[in-house]
Amino acid sequence: MTDTAAQAAVADAKAAPDTMAWDSGLRRLMMIYLPLGCFVLILLFPFYWMAITSFKPNAELMNYKEHNPFWISSPTLAHIKHLLFNTAYPHWLWTTMLVAIGSTTLSLIASTLAAYAIERLRFRGSPYVGLGIYLAYLVPPSILFIPLATVVVQFGLFDSPLALILVYPTFLVPFCTWLLIGYFKSIPYELEECALVDGATRLQILRRITLPLAVPGLISAGIFSFTLSWNEFIYALAFIQSGANKTVPVAILTELVTGDVYQWGALMAGSLLGSLPVAIFYSLFVDYYVSSLTGAVKE
Amino acid sequence: MSVTTLSSHVLAQRQPNWLVRLFDYKPFLIVMCLAPAIGLLTVFLTYPLGLGIWLAFTDTTIGRRGIYVGLENFQYLLTDSLWWNAVFYSVLYTAVATFGKFALGFWLALLLNNHFPFKSLLRAIILLPWIVPTVLSALAFWWIYDPQFSIISYLLVDVLHWRDSNIDFLGSPWPARFSLIAANIWRGIPFVAISLLAGLQTISPSLYEAAMLDGASAWQRFRYITFPMMMPILAIVMTFSIIFTFTDFQLVYAITRGGPGNSTHLLATLAFQRGIAGGELGEGAAIAVSMIPFLVFATLFSYFGLARRKWQQGEAND
Repeated sequence: MTDTAAQAAVADAKAAPDTMAWDSGLRRLMMIYLPLGCFVLILLFPFYWMAITSFKPNAELMNYKEHNPFWISSPTLAHIKHLLFNTAYPHWLWTTMLVAIGSTTLSLIASTLAAYAIERLRFRGSPYVGLGIYLAYLVPPSILFIPLATVVVQFGLFDSPLALILVYPTFLVPFCTWLLIGYFKSIPYELEECALVDGATRLQILRRITLPLAVPGLISAGIFSFTLSWNEFIYALAFIQSGANKTVPVAILTELVTGDVYQWGALMAGSLLGSLPVAIFYSLFVDYYVSSLTGAVKE
Repeated sequence: MSVTTLSSHVLAQRQPNWLVRLFDYKPFLIVMCLAPAIGLLTVFLTYPLGLGIWLAFTDTTIGRRGIYVGLENFQYLLTDSLWWNAVFYSVLYTAVATFGKFALGFWLALLLNNHFPFKSLLRAIILLPWIVPTVLSALAFWWIYDPQFSIISYLLVDVLHWRDSNIDFLGSPWPARFSLIAANIWRGIPFVAISLLAGLQTISPSLYEAAMLDGASAWQRFRYITFPMMMPILAIVMTFSIIFTFTDFQLVYAITRGGPGNSTHLLATLAFQRGIAGGELGEGAAIAVSMIPFLVFATLFSYFGLARRKWQQGEAND
């Protein structure tokens, strides 16, 4: 009885595409490709607009009647030149890079050790330590920046990039630790037991067995931390005062926005250049981003 | 020959120096491994959190140690119409933006769950708004919302002839509020879509096959299979989204800085304006602390979402 029903269903399914091929093709177009196309258009348009603005001469920028705003008739590098030679932009880029690399390294070391201790050295209360670190991720920077500013002043780190390197791990370590706990879980415990039986010390096991197997997790955590610290805004805004030490997102907003007439060309060129490093990074490691994003949510 | 080398090897292993032995002593190793992470989090997260709550009960300003004033800051906030404004807009911003992000993000995830060419490339492109620094894309939105040269106004006025005058996006309170919400939704869609897509891909196709054999319609399959199976991951992603939307700062600070006429202040931007820019650390801290009840509510929501997930997994896996 069930067999015949199943066979009938299969026959139905086979017959359907032939009779309704055109209809289902059109349906697919309307139901899938058209909305997808709209989504991609809307999600990418601001970047297109940013890019096209940064290469437009000022005359075209402010005149939609004579020039089609969606295209450039005479592209110019003037805005980028202004940015690189008349402002401290290269220095801001350098500071941002330094802060991002410093805080990423610091949080990778701290969270690898913590994740190893929580997941592999299992001790009484280790799940609670893990939960505590998870809860730390739920404390948003908006609540912390005022008291942190006074802490930073107390430590004599105000206006120094070192303050950012030390503070960014507060949101990077919880994230990386959770990601790495997930990765360590997927490595068979038997491998470590074998090594223990063979007389390896715990640190040797971590260095020779666990870490090499967790390399994909380390890469995911690393590029994610790099991106998050590159994008960080509120701490950098609150803790850095002098123009030269600012990071790119803060500097563009506070140093390039001057007076009532906005230099849209230079602003957009600055945004474009500031987005490029993460965008390039992203294009190289897309799969790691997707896996860490989804892995962190699933944990 | 081989026996002697082996025994000497074993001997060398048996008597490592004291440092190696110390690091192999499990309790010591645990403490050493946890020290950097716990140390950083204690000094720069737990301590400031406590300090922030303490500051909220003092009248500290920049450069002057405050004294304990009890609930004075909070009593003042309750009479402050700007604070009530910020609470109202924070709740509105969170509610509308979260609804928009999840409706559109879920739709996008369902679309991406189909088979079509260049799928992974498309998935990569869609995540871009989430990767690029928020302030920088916010600047692009600021330019898109320009009163004179807005490209949206150009499209509506000069190309489509739907309107006669440019839209004043950021000049008056309500348009400004919804322009910011639209920018927030734009930025939030990719994260929601990609996380939900991961959830969709874990649903076993056999469930759909069984439902189809029983004659379930597409809507019924969505309502009775997709939606319940997605509940746990939806709850988690939504908690994160609510927390980080409610405490959002960058987007508003970059586009309107709370204007026009303080109508678009979120609690975070108001706290920054009073605490750092205005120097009233105690009052700023009080505004920041007033966000905590909302966040606790969101975290409890997450906890019950997780509990429900465990219960569901127990049923499904055994």
